[in-house]
Amino acid sequence: MNTKNLIPLSLLYIQYNLEMSFFFKLHEMGLLEILTVDETKYVRPESVHEIEKMIRIHEELEVNIHGIDVILNLLEKIELLQNELISVKNRLSLYES
Amino acid sequence: MAFIDYYKILEVDKKATEAEIKKAYRKLARKYHPDLNPNDKEAERKFKEINEANEVLSHSENRKKYDDYGENWQHAEEFEKSKQHRQYQGNGQKGGYEEGGFSGSGDFSNFFESMFGGRSTAGGSRREAQFKGQDFSTELHLDLKDVYSTHKRTLTINSKNIRITIPAGVENGQQIKISGMGGEGASGGPKGDLYITFTVANHTEFKRDKNNLYASVALDLYAALLGGEITVATFDGKVKLTVKPGTQNGTNVKLKGKGFPIYKKEGEFGDLYITYQVKIPTDLSQKEKDLFMELSKLKTS
Repeated sequence: MNTKNLIPLSLLYIQYNLEMSFFFKLHEMGLLEILTVDETKYVRPESVHEIEKMIRIHEELEVNIHGIDVILNLLEKIELLQNELISVKNRLSLYES
Repeated sequence: MAFIDYYKILEVDKKATEAEIKKAYRKLARKYHPDLNPNDKEAERKFKEINEANEVLSHSENRKKYDDYGENWQHAEEFEKSKQHRQYQGNGQKGGYEEGGFSGSGDFSNFFESMFGGRSTAGGSRREAQFKGQDFSTELHLDLKDVYSTHKRTLTINSKNIRITIPAGVENGQQIKISGMGGEGASGGPKGDLYITFTVANHTEFKRDKNNLYASVALDLYAALLGGEITVATFDGKVKLTVKPGTQNGTNVKLKGKGFPIYKKEGEFGDLYITYQVKIPTDLSQKEKDLFMELSKLKTS
């Protein structure tokens, strides 16, 4: 696998000043995809947005990994509902003069 | 610039202990944190407000200054000067305070900046160092006519011009992400993304439901009764239609492929549904009345 576009996990420990175990726990919970190439662990660049969100929730709100999982599930649900609401509002305009 | 009551913002008493302030801040942060309230401007504003209140009340030095001057904060500089020089006679000058003298990042109010200099004291609660660049978001207001065809537009985001393609068929409230168009990453981190939310206003006679369009067409009584040919406006032109004799009021006609472009499916369109509104003539002449009477008798006999 070409690792050119991947981000070594070791870089993230340093960058965020976090324990390695934090990332492995996220991986165990199915919240983070960790790729292993030649015994080096990487994450995809597109995961960084979610990683940073999870770190903020963890550090700023003192939420543990299980809590992060619950929050992300609820946020996903909110997003679906918000999109549905937009779609319903758009349809409603059909019946408004 | 108005005085800000930080105790009220954190919903604590003026005599609250450090622990009580911390607890109140944590509780409100869990409620208004931007990651838990995506696309919610009011929550974002509240979050900034409680952070600022926490910045002042959770640092003893800041809290003391705030408590000492309270609503007389505008004279804080004067008082400080007087204290330093041990001069108690009043002076009419406003000390070193200059309105707008600080170019804050927008995270703090003018009130905060004038009192504390707009700088967060050490140990702020927000994580500053990010690896990925900052995400930007903007709203783009368009007209329904604008999104009928794919077009390019230049946006100015953080004083940088970005040229984007807006695909035909974008919906009102739709959000698109443009990867890598956000801020620069730190230490080789990926660039942030740009999120654009479209607000599409409809000032046309057509109503839109996703890819389909709906319109009412006035139909002359005689055309409805006897049939005929009429010209109907579509979104981008006109089409000739044959009206069947005996067409009822409220009849729907589907014009296939005359609706709105389908998002990211070039050349594909939804349908246009037209509803006939039969116009009953008013202000009839005597001759017309007589003729209608005759018709009416013909029908009943």
